[in-house]
Formats: sequence, C-alpha cells, structure tokens
Amino acid sequence: MSSPASNQRVLSYVEALREGLAQEMRRDSKVFLFGLDVDDHKAIQGSTRGLAEEFGPDRVFGTPLSEDAMTGVAVGAAMAGMRPVHVHIRMDFLMLAMNQLVNIAAKARYMYGGQVQVPLVVRSMIGKSWGQGAQHSQGLHAMFMHVPGLKVVAPSNAYDAKGALIAAIRDDNPVIFVEHRLLYFTDAFVPEQPYVVPLGKARICTQGDDVTVVGISNMLVECLRAQEILTDIGIHAEIIDPVSLVPLDVDTIVGSVKRTGRLLVVDTAWTSCGASAEIVARIVERAQNGRPVAVRRLGYAPTTCPTTPVLEREFYPDPGRIAQAVHAMVRPEAAAWRPDPERAKLAHQVKFRGPF
Amino acid sequence: MTGDHAQRERIFSRNGAAAVRDAGVAAPDLERIYRSLRLIRRVEEEIARIYPSDKIKSPVHLSIGQEAVSVGVCDVLRPDDVVAPTYRGHAAYLAKGGSLRGLFAELYGKATGVAGGKGGSMHLIDMSQNILGASAVVGTTIPIAVGYALALKRAQTDRVSATFFGDGATEEGVFAESLNFAALQKLPVLFVCENNYYAIHTPLPRRWATDRLCERVATYGMPVHQIDDSDVFKLREFAVAAVGRARRGEGPSFIECRTYRWREHVGPNEDYDQGYRAREDFHPWLRCDQMQHVARMIPDERRTAIDAEIECTIADAVEFAESSPFPTTDQLYTDVFAGE
Repeated sequence: MSSPASNQRVLSYVEALREGLAQEMRRDSKVFLFGLDVDDHKAIQGSTRGLAEEFGPDRVFGTPLSEDAMTGVAVGAAMAGMRPVHVHIRMDFLMLAMNQLVNIAAKARYMYGGQVQVPLVVRSMIGKSWGQGAQHSQGLHAMFMHVPGLKVVAPSNAYDAKGALIAAIRDDNPVIFVEHRLLYFTDAFVPEQPYVVPLGKARICTQGDDVTVVGISNMLVECLRAQEILTDIGIHAEIIDPVSLVPLDVDTIVGSVKRTGRLLVVDTAWTSCGASAEIVARIVERAQNGRPVAVRRLGYAPTTCPTTPVLEREFYPDPGRIAQAVHAMVRPEAAAWRPDPERAKLAHQVKFRGPF
Repeated sequence: MTGDHAQRERIFSRNGAAAVRDAGVAAPDLERIYRSLRLIRRVEEEIARIYPSDKIKSPVHLSIGQEAVSVGVCDVLRPDDVVAPTYRGHAAYLAKGGSLRGLFAELYGKATGVAGGKGGSMHLIDMSQNILGASAVVGTTIPIAVGYALALKRAQTDRVSATFFGDGATEEGVFAESLNFAALQKLPVLFVCENNYYAIHTPLPRRWATDRLCERVATYGMPVHQIDDSDVFKLREFAVAAVGRARRGEGPSFIECRTYRWREHVGPNEDYDQGYRAREDFHPWLRCDQMQHVARMIPDERRTAIDAEIECTIADAVEFAESSPFPTTDQLYTDVFAGE
C-alpha cells in the first residue's frame, strides 16, 4: 500500500475495476467475463470498456437474460478450471440466481468432499436515487453472508475496487462482489501495477477515541462526511471500512471498540438480520468481557424503497443522520443536536481519495 | 398410462436379437452393456437390502428400472467425457465408472466415501471419472453441465458433457434457459431426460398440458430423439449420433427416454399399495426390463461368470464401507472454503 503523493495517479472506481479486470485477463487465460451487456456500447458504466475488443468474444460476451442458468454455467465452467467473472447490472437480479449461488456455488467444495472448487466472481451493482425504486436499489449482501462458503466483498473506493477485484478473481472460492453505483465515479489514488487488497482485512480510515463507526460500501463515504461535521463539535470518530464482509476482520473492529466503548454500524441495506446486526453481534460477543459497549445501527428505513425524492430522502442514512446518531451516543446527556443542514450539504462535496 | 398399454405391449414384445442386429452391437459390447446394467441393478438391490439395518445414513432414490438410460448413454462416452447425474444418480454414476467402494462408503457416512461422508447418496461425485456432483434440487445440475461444456469447448477439446435429469426438471425455468444457451453457443452437450412419468407422486397429465416435450425442445434449435420403450440399443444408437455431433462442434442434442421407476420415490420399497399408481402399470415395464432383455442375449456361461464377478465386487465394496472409519469430528469444518 502506498501513501498519497502529487505524482500519484487518480482513477475512478469504474476505471479501477476495468483496469483490474484487464490485468487479470492478461495474466490468466482462464479468466473470462460475461453477463448481460458486458460487451455493449455502455460497457457496464464503463467498467468493461474495451475488454471485448482486447480479449475477443470467447472471453468477453453478453448472455441471454437467464440469470439462473448463466450462474450455473459459471459454476460449471469454474469446476472445469476456468475463472468466470459474472456481471449483473443490479444486485436485485441476483434473486434469480439464488439456487445456483446458495445451493451449489457455496456448497460444492464441502458437499463434494473437496473434489471441486468454484473460483467465481459475481459482480453486482446497488443502485440509488433517480427514482430507481423498489427493485433497482437493494443491498442484499447479508443474504449471501448468511451462507457458509460464499465470500462477500463491498469496496468503498477505487483503490479497493481494483485490489479486491484482483483478490476475488485469484480466490478459489465464489465471491459476491458488491458495487454501489454512486461510488462509480468517485476517484482515488490507484497504482497502475496489479495489486491485491486482501479479503478479510479491514481498514481504519480515520483515527479517533470517541466512537467506532463501521461504514459498509458507499456508507463508508457518508460516514467520512459525517465525521467531518463531527470534528466541528469536537467528536472524533474512528471510521473503519470492513472492505470484505465475509471473511470479516473482527479483530480490527474489536480492537477499536475496546478503546472507544461505542460502536455504530452504517449499512447500505436494511438493519434487520443485516450485516450491521451481524457485525454488532460479533463485536459484542468478543468485547463483552471488557467495559460495556454502546451499540447502534443505521441502514435503510424498514420499508420498501420509494421513488419520489421526498420519500427516498427519508429512506437512506445520510451524513447528517449519521452525525446525529454519533452525537447521541457520545454525549447522551447533552441536548439533542442536529448538524446545520448547510454544513451537512457541504460535506457531500468532499472527495475522499485516500490514503489507503 | 393404461391407455398406452396395447401399443407398449407391441413395442416390448419385439425380438431382442433383431434389435441387436439392427443396432449392430458386437458381442464384447453386449457383455459390457449387460455388466453395467446388472451391476447397477444389483447395487441398488443390495442398498435396499441393507437399508433397514440403518447402516446407510442417507436417503436413497433408487434407479431400479431406469438403468438403461444411463447405460445406453454412458456406453458411448469416453472416459474423458463428463456426466452430470441427478439425485437419483446411482445409475449414471456407476455407468460412467464411479468408484463402487466410494459409493457404499459414502452411503455409510464413512471417511472413505467419495465426499468423505459429507454428501451422501444425493451428492455423489467422482471427478477422477469425470462425474460431476449431483444435486438434490431438481434441475440444478443442468446448467452446470452446460458450463462445463463451455469450458471444454473453450479448451478446444472434442470432449462432451452429458446431463441427466427427470421429466420434472423440464418444468424448471433453468431447463429452458440452459437449452437456449447451449444451442446458442453450440456447446458439446447431451441433454438426457429420463421421463419416468412422475415428479415424486404427481403424474405427467397433472403437470403438462401436452406431452410433446421433444417438440418444445426442438424449437430451441437442436436435434431431438424420443425413445418410448427404454430400449438400450436404440438409445445407444441415438447417443452415438448425438455424441458425434457434439464432438464435431455441431452443438447439443436432446434425448427423451421414457422409463419407469420400480420402487418408491425415496427409500428401498415398492409403493404400489399407496394409491397413486397401479401395479398393472408396472407390468409392461417389467416385461421389457432391459437388464433381463440383454441377459438373454449373453451365453449362459458368460452371464454366470459376469454375475459372479459382480457379486464379488459388491461384497468387497460393502465390506470396505463396513470396515472404514467414520470421519473425525474436525472434518466438520474442512472444505467450507477452498485453500483453507
């Protein structure tokens, strides 16, 4: 890992994904990329641009709208020694592939007594805003976290997007790779050389002693914006990006929580039976022999995602709400506090580019 | 089914020797086919015999009566070709050369089983013989076989992949999706439907508006064949054509083979007293039993020798399973992930 310098290259999340994919495909002829529209003119927001031209239609190809069978095809090809990267334009469509993912991909290694492995990467996008609504906006990563045998990764920035994608492609297990669309055009310093961001290693993004805040996927960015607001009133949050949810780096989070005594988990998903519930439970189980831990979760409102902006705004955690929740945890005796809406809006403008 | 009886009687009474002559099957081929049919039948009967002892720690879906489908197809496959059996998969597993010791040990839940005692009857696998793992969820392995075929094609081999499934699986969406993709990509796949008329206990007329399955499949763009009497030689003949086509890069084929499950859906017993089907429906299938049919074509002396050999092999496998150790409890967590 590197620290920022003025001569470092800045890349967007989609460009980082594209570069990581291209480098792995050059390195290993077993890697292939497929899914609806991976080879069309829009190239999955640009993340697959140029790959069909470089690697040809045998290694980069669009598919029929058959998520179930195409996932089975990926699993079969993986069992035969290939390393498929299967792309879904929305995570919501993974519901059509659940049988293959849950009943075969996750279990094959185990129920076939170690005779096969399934090195498969499933890329899928979480949408938000512009009235995407109920079925184009869901963060369903917790469903996959529930099942032993699947790894789940949710990079929050371009650096991790490239390094974790390379790690996922090289991994001999099925990896659900969660991408939030609002992150696609965020920039970070991204080395040109291939590198691996190890799955199962969290990153402490900012240090602080008052509270530990875990932000998942794009919520990490919202947490960093909240932290900026909190700094104004003297609250110092330690913000942690888990990067991968399975395996989960419990040690890093526990280490932080033992110091702060407070844990807030912010997810781009519902809290019920969600990643936030799991993280809180795992940390409390580990930290309960020390001092008491105050815990809180933020996520989607417990309802279906609406399209109209007035309601949609209420559906998601935002930097203002995150800051407010942290304030209530850190200063429970103080009068209720709401950040200045103008300040919260300004925080939205901040771009986080590292260091990683 | 009773309405079909007259027609079936005619089909089933055809002269066995003529069938052999038609199919051009030589004596060594006959013996090989018989050996395979007989082995599967006797293994299944042995499982049924042992089952009440509770030594077998796995629900079993026996292939008795359906052996010919697996044998007819696997007989024309090469060792490096791939098959994807179903949860009623002992027949395809054995016909493709899966380890018999590994099968019995797996049923017994022993460490020496093909899946180390973690898969059981419904998840048999033997990658050393290119037998993909079976699934308990109907239809699930159809696209797996297609994906394997994609890898075979990309590797520019002439190997093929055969996927077995029942009539119920053709009702799953993944079946249609898999046919379409295999045809689109001209993949070296044989789709083999073992139509035994029942999805568990629900018969075809309560599941299909028409039984024109082959017509449905043909519209995806592949040759289709129907065999309505389970004739192993006719099936073999179609399989030869389909495999040849796949090896030449001409794409997938579909075979529907009508057959009949003699025992209950799951478990070792007959179930004609359960009210959902009549023993009379079974009689024509018993009369055309392919194992007996082929047995009659083999000289007595040779047949007796083969039978004796099979009994020895089975006894050895059962003894192997009995004497093998159970896995140690630390095996609970191995192979959740590869590379750990």
